[in-house]
Amino acid sequence: MQSRGKARFRGSEAANGLAMISPTALYATLLLAAPLVTIFLYSFWTDGYLTIVHEFTLQNYIDVWSNEAFRAVMLRSLGVSLAVTAVTVLTAFPVAYFVSFHVHPSKKSLWLFLITIPFWTSYLIRVFLWKVILGYNGVVNSGLMGLGITDEPVTFILYNVNSVIITLAHAYAPFAILPIFVALEKIDRSFLEAGRDLGESPFMTFIRVTLPLAMPGVISSVLIVFIPTIGDYVTPLLVGGPEGRMVANLIELSYKKLDNYPMGSAIAISAMGIVVAVSLLFLFLNRRYLKGGK
Amino acid sequence: MMKGGWFRVYTLGYLIFLYAPILLLPLFAFNDATVIAFPLSGATTKWFEKLWLEPELHRALKNSLIIASCSAVLATTLGIFASRASTRYSFPGKAGIMGMIMLPLVLPEIILAVALLAVMLGIGLPLSIFTVILGHVLVCTPFSIAILSAAFQSLDKSLEEAAYDLGETPISTFRLIILPLVMPGIISSLLITFTISLDEFIMAFFLAGNENTLPVYILGQFRFPQNVPVIMALGTILVCLSIALLATAEYFRRRGIAKTGGKDTGGFL
Repeated sequence: MQSRGKARFRGSEAANGLAMISPTALYATLLLAAPLVTIFLYSFWTDGYLTIVHEFTLQNYIDVWSNEAFRAVMLRSLGVSLAVTAVTVLTAFPVAYFVSFHVHPSKKSLWLFLITIPFWTSYLIRVFLWKVILGYNGVVNSGLMGLGITDEPVTFILYNVNSVIITLAHAYAPFAILPIFVALEKIDRSFLEAGRDLGESPFMTFIRVTLPLAMPGVISSVLIVFIPTIGDYVTPLLVGGPEGRMVANLIELSYKKLDNYPMGSAIAISAMGIVVAVSLLFLFLNRRYLKGGK
Repeated sequence: MMKGGWFRVYTLGYLIFLYAPILLLPLFAFNDATVIAFPLSGATTKWFEKLWLEPELHRALKNSLIIASCSAVLATTLGIFASRASTRYSFPGKAGIMGMIMLPLVLPEIILAVALLAVMLGIGLPLSIFTVILGHVLVCTPFSIAILSAAFQSLDKSLEEAAYDLGETPISTFRLIILPLVMPGIISSLLITFTISLDEFIMAFFLAGNENTLPVYILGQFRFPQNVPVIMALGTILVCLSIALLATAEYFRRRGIAKTGGKDTGGFL
């Protein structure tokens, strides 16, 4: 009797929960899942004149992947994303560590707030200003020449892959800091004391206790930086120059300028496929840190 | 040595890196030269005055404000449903459904934008402000859920049970007990999603059709070097506005957590 009552309660709880989430779930199904399925289908169709030919073909993928220029852009995008991820996560870790371990608890949210502010403000203008910072008459060059380090402006930091990496590392910094911070906050401080009491040096305690426990945060940071970066459009456009173009610029070109949706979709799906494959590989390599994570 | 030592120095250096572009912005907005470069050449407010003379800018601003207001309200409404459902109930498929709803947080935005573009043209929906709102709601909802989940999470379930015992219906309990407690979270969510929508470029770039939003207008102006100082002036105003909105949102977020007796874990995400 009681168990049936319980079952009915659970049933009604599940029903309530599903009813409650249905508006949001419906929105996401119609405007997220359905469109993603649509471009997936598009990538197997062909662009006829003013119409789409609804016949299954792999021709778009063959065309795209046999194009050397495309492969170069795709490879560069992947390289830039990996570099941005490495730079961002490595430079973000000490910041997260500082806020979690050395800031008074009452001040932590203020520090996090300070770190997140630049992330929310005028993305386009921030990217443009990196051009000013890195440019020929820019801040960096004025500084270097003022200090007498170089005699003439250095040019390897604008309109190429380097400037794209610097600008993206700046844009995604808070995304990298926050997950690491959350993981560090969860570490029971008595583990660290135990490590010290057992005779480990502070450095070894960090390597053997703190770092493994922070790894779930590091892994989230890596994914949350790596996946969106590969699709960034504005940064390569403004600071990348011709040799810094990335896959998002190709997608835009196919969709807006060439009006070839199937081709654009094939590029987008290819890029997504690569991102997902690399992410899964990364998760697989780090699987031991994620056991019992939930 | 202060607490944290080298970590403090490093973090302060990192903050300078984070704030560098924002700190340069007002320098060029008030600089009396068309070229955005050093050395600076005297102060002027003429770039700000020129903002009044750009009808195209005013139109873009109006569009952006409409889009941001609608997106904030819709995304927060959808966020309330999802975060209430995920923090209060357990139901089958919860992880999968929440995963799908939160997906826009990590998915490259350009993929979302072209996917929506393909669907909208496919069903013959003309591109307009409305289609941008549809896209922005999608992008803003995960942020709203991240903020609101913290507010709903710290709710004491016994308050709700007490209300039922005292004869309130689920709806009146929600209105009288839950809503006032999570109100600061809701305000925080409205402000943050408004700020995100105001600054969002890719969706607007693909889905606005012939209309402009502020970011789309700004990118267009970058092609004309003589117009860039005016954009620096506009940017200065936008940055100040965003910081004011975010600071207010942060104030409400903290007040909400204090109100429900939760522990502040810090941060929006």
